[in-house]
Amino acid sequence: MHRFANPTQFMRIANAIYPWAAGLSVILFLIGLPIALITSPPDYQQSETVRIMYVHVPSAWLALMIYGIMAGGSAAFLIWRHPMANLAAKASAPMGAVFTGLALITGMLWGQPMWGTFWVWDGRLTSFLILFFLYLGYLALGDAFEDSERGDKAAAILCLVGSVNIPIIHFSVEWWNTLHQPSIVKLGGDGVKSTVDGSILLPLFLMLGAFTFYYFAVLVLRLRSELLAAKIRNARMSQVATHAAIDPAAEGRLFVDSARLPRASAE
Amino acid sequence: MDTLMNYLAMGGYAAWVWPSYGLATIGVVGVLLVSRRTLKTREREFEMLKNARRGGGQS
Amino acid sequence: MSVFTAVLARDLRLALRQSADSLTVVAFFAIATVLFPFGVGPEASVLARIAGGVVWVTALLAALLSLDRIFTVDYEDGTLDQLVLTGAPLPVVVLAKVVAHWLTTGVPLIIISPVLAVTLHLPAAGYGPLMLALLLGTPTVSLVGAVGAALVLGTRRGGVLLSLLILPLYIPVLIFGTAAIEATVTGVSAGPMLTVLAGFMVLALTLSPWATAAALRQAVE
Repeated sequence: MHRFANPTQFMRIANAIYPWAAGLSVILFLIGLPIALITSPPDYQQSETVRIMYVHVPSAWLALMIYGIMAGGSAAFLIWRHPMANLAAKASAPMGAVFTGLALITGMLWGQPMWGTFWVWDGRLTSFLILFFLYLGYLALGDAFEDSERGDKAAAILCLVGSVNIPIIHFSVEWWNTLHQPSIVKLGGDGVKSTVDGSILLPLFLMLGAFTFYYFAVLVLRLRSELLAAKIRNARMSQVATHAAIDPAAEGRLFVDSARLPRASAE
Repeated sequence: MDTLMNYLAMGGYAAWVWPSYGLATIGVVGVLLVSRRTLKTREREFEMLKNARRGGGQS
Repeated sequence: MSVFTAVLARDLRLALRQSADSLTVVAFFAIATVLFPFGVGPEASVLARIAGGVVWVTALLAALLSLDRIFTVDYEDGTLDQLVLTGAPLPVVVLAKVVAHWLTTGVPLIIISPVLAVTLHLPAAGYGPLMLALLLGTPTVSLVGAVGAALVLGTRRGGVLLSLLILPLYIPVLIFGTAAIEATVTGVSAGPMLTVLAGFMVLALTLSPWATAAALRQAVE
């Protein structure tokens, strides 16, 4: 575990994974999309709308998997001060929010023809809506501090608090849903489960694979990006420091250090 | 041509199937493009900073 | 224990000195609740149907407004730094501050809630479970809210941010709080829902002080 704490080593592994993840994702999309959209037969109940499932289920899967990865990363960051775990969580969060949003929208587009309405307060839909808010909260909190390091820790704590709450929220919403809507027509509401058929499973698994490898490939890109951002910050700081060493007056010109001013006037 | 139109109609569900795929494409491709662009800008910025520092150190 | 009572007594004394703060929260609770009849019409049957939910939602919003009081003052005047530096057991300090917050905002909300329920034509059977549910639910609200309040210390736009972080986490309490009232009104026992609310409170009581302490520690670092 601690082997990966070293950014160089971590990135060596990540960069080695990258071409494989990117390649597999592209290949799986190239095979999966035509099957999902063209060759797979329409479902006997859901007709052609079953094709929505081939983007909906992978999005929902990524929405949950990414939160799991973020929770693991946040825990590793808070317990072992593992910097790369934090970067992985931070780099994943926007993707998690996008895929939760996609799962919600594609779910609504499937619900309108199947349920006759864009939105029902179905347990699963409602839980995903709340998951979406949790992602937004994480992003907003990580972004709200002047000092980015503080934002990291606060967001990591929030992520863990959220992960403790997700099962409670899900259980509450499911219970609330049965309380209020005992007779909702669940026409294939379980999407995959109710119609386990080879013709559906093949495109579904291909797309699941394509989405998952896509996530890992883009995660590596985003990790490189996050590391560079940290390096740029450090370079800026050391630049200021060297300038100050050569020419003390330069420091004042580069940026006003509020802690320094009163001391200077006292002298 | 007819079979193509027939296919695009998605058994009458075109209005739901195609937007789903359209939005999913925008999401997937969009995240990829944004991530790559951020990476490129930061790479360029880092290069510039490195060069500037080397130049500044010599003077 | 002495740390607990000392912090509790101090916070209560401060709250008493600035009792306008607590009153403002109660006033907000009353006004927000009174807005609903204007929104949905004064028909008694409609209001009776939504009374429990309205009281709960407005109580949550009122509590949310008061949450930043828990730590902000201590954070800004440096008391928090001192508490952390002196090595006081932070979860105990947090618990004391949360209890003080609950006593000064949660309890007033519970006391005034039946009056507001009257204006919403809540059926007679609903008053007992309403107050019991609030009694069991508002401590969870304060406990969970404290985590959020500690996390947003030192941010820009802390108040709006706090609501984004915390409101989703309040949904379980809201669900079982209103269900308890609804159950009694429709003639079912509210016992199971109240038990679940009590369970949430115990869970929040065991986890929230630690999470809040962790958040405070990173805030003063």
